[in-house]
Amino acid sequence: MNFQAIKAIYLSEMARMFRTAVQSIVAPVLSTSLYFVIFGSAIGSRISEIDGITYGAFIVPGLIMLSIMTESISNSSFAIYFPRFIGTIFEVLSAPVSWVEVVLGYVGAAATKSVIIGTIIFITANFFVDIDIAHPFVALLFLVLTSFSFCLFGFILGVWADGWEKLTIIPVLVIMPLTFLGGTFYSISMLPEAWQKISLFNPIVYLISGFRWSFYEHSDVAVGLSIGATVGFLVACLLVVRWIFKTGYRLRT
Amino acid sequence: MPAILSVQNLNKTYAGDFVALRDINLEIERGEIFALLGPNGAGKTTLINIICGIVNPTSGTAYVNGHDIASEFRRTRALVGLVPQELPVDSFTTVEQTAAFSRGLFGKPADPALVEKVLKSLSLWDKRDTKIIALSGGMKRRVLIAKALAHEPELLFLDEPTAGVDVELRQDMWKVVSRLRDDGVTVILTTHYIEEAEEMADRVGVINHGEIILVQDKRRLMRELGKKQLTLSLNAPLDRLPATLGAFALELAPGGSELVYTYDSNENRTGITGLLGALQEAGIHFNDLDTSQSSLEEIFVDLVKRPQ
Repeated sequence: MNFQAIKAIYLSEMARMFRTAVQSIVAPVLSTSLYFVIFGSAIGSRISEIDGITYGAFIVPGLIMLSIMTESISNSSFAIYFPRFIGTIFEVLSAPVSWVEVVLGYVGAAATKSVIIGTIIFITANFFVDIDIAHPFVALLFLVLTSFSFCLFGFILGVWADGWEKLTIIPVLVIMPLTFLGGTFYSISMLPEAWQKISLFNPIVYLISGFRWSFYEHSDVAVGLSIGATVGFLVACLLVVRWIFKTGYRLRT
Repeated sequence: MPAILSVQNLNKTYAGDFVALRDINLEIERGEIFALLGPNGAGKTTLINIICGIVNPTSGTAYVNGHDIASEFRRTRALVGLVPQELPVDSFTTVEQTAAFSRGLFGKPADPALVEKVLKSLSLWDKRDTKIIALSGGMKRRVLIAKALAHEPELLFLDEPTAGVDVELRQDMWKVVSRLRDDGVTVILTTHYIEEAEEMADRVGVINHGEIILVQDKRRLMRELGKKQLTLSLNAPLDRLPATLGAFALELAPGGSELVYTYDSNENRTGITGLLGALQEAGIHFNDLDTSQSSLEEIFVDLVKRPQ
């Protein structure tokens, strides 16, 4: 294992994050704070409690997940797409590193950023609502698993994209709608029965439900199923990344 | 000890059936400077990129220091440095940061003293804290060389290292290559400036249409393929060559005031004595003479123009 290479890529990516701190950290925190102001305070005050949880507190896990998923995809897809775009990827491809080290460097840094952002949003949420975490280690597990798996997904996107438009099309047209329909702002038990069944085909439901359970022991699906779905997504992404490096898809001609 | 680089039956066909390399076989000895010459699109960069792991070969393989570039890629890539033809650099990092990054990426522990030495050798030390975006094209080229040297390669590829740089910088590069040779680093360079190969290379390879058409010691190549010419400035211009001089490889220059005789300087009998006698007999007198030998550039142009 080339630990020096992992460290070099990781530190270089983290340095890029701090160079663009406003875009990387301030922007997601600001947008999430606005969600709290609008949905938590303005609209939330008119919505009754959900299973004994105030609406403002209920949406906190969903909002953290929303930010983590969008930031993970955005950070890791850009991290690999940009070197491809400007040509500096040649150095990584010609270095004595395997796909595991490349992934640990790029995806590890992107996932770290996501966890940092998730933590900052959690701290910010405490200024708006009272939050208790019933199962902090399970919450941390979901935070890390979700960050890593969506960073892997973003990495795949960054390799697949051959233009800036493709880089944003999946997050905007697929991930964002699935996240909004995945129970970020509501419990799927609030939906008509038919829509509840349809929602179970949305993988984001499992992530948000599991994460919310770790906070309030309230979930739309069994927590074990949520962890299983998240791990399954992580493994699927890992297999795709391994295939990319094995075949050289869009990396090596 | 195995050759530092051994390329065996290497082929590359890109999508669209474009054949970039055809059955390339090449051995590079440790410590030599090898110039790979060829016109645009000849396959030079594809060959380098395959050895470095950037392009997948269609068939065949290469060995670096006896290790297979595919199955033992960690060992081979750790030995190889690449300075690419383009200028791909992360514009927002500093010179020192990017050199240190390359060292780490190639598995070497941080060594600020070595990075300092490399930057100083390339006159980059004063710019160590400058972001790359603020550097000129020539300085960026130096940064790329610094990045490659920061991980102490034993085999260094310089793909068009002096393309687009000024004369002073080019000569600085030559000095750098000369120092690398002294340090025992094997250098393979591609260049459009044939004078560069003539100045620096120990051996020369010529590639055209994806095939290596010649690999030769540079001096031997120039001796064997280089033509030597004797030019005689005549007292009085001639309309045409007299029939008595028909046995000599003579040409009458345009204007008729110069005779050009081509000969092989390696032969025991160059024919010059006989020619001078025949000129005397024909009553042709000259007031000056000059000899010249064809350059590597002329040899190269002649080689790539030959029908395949």
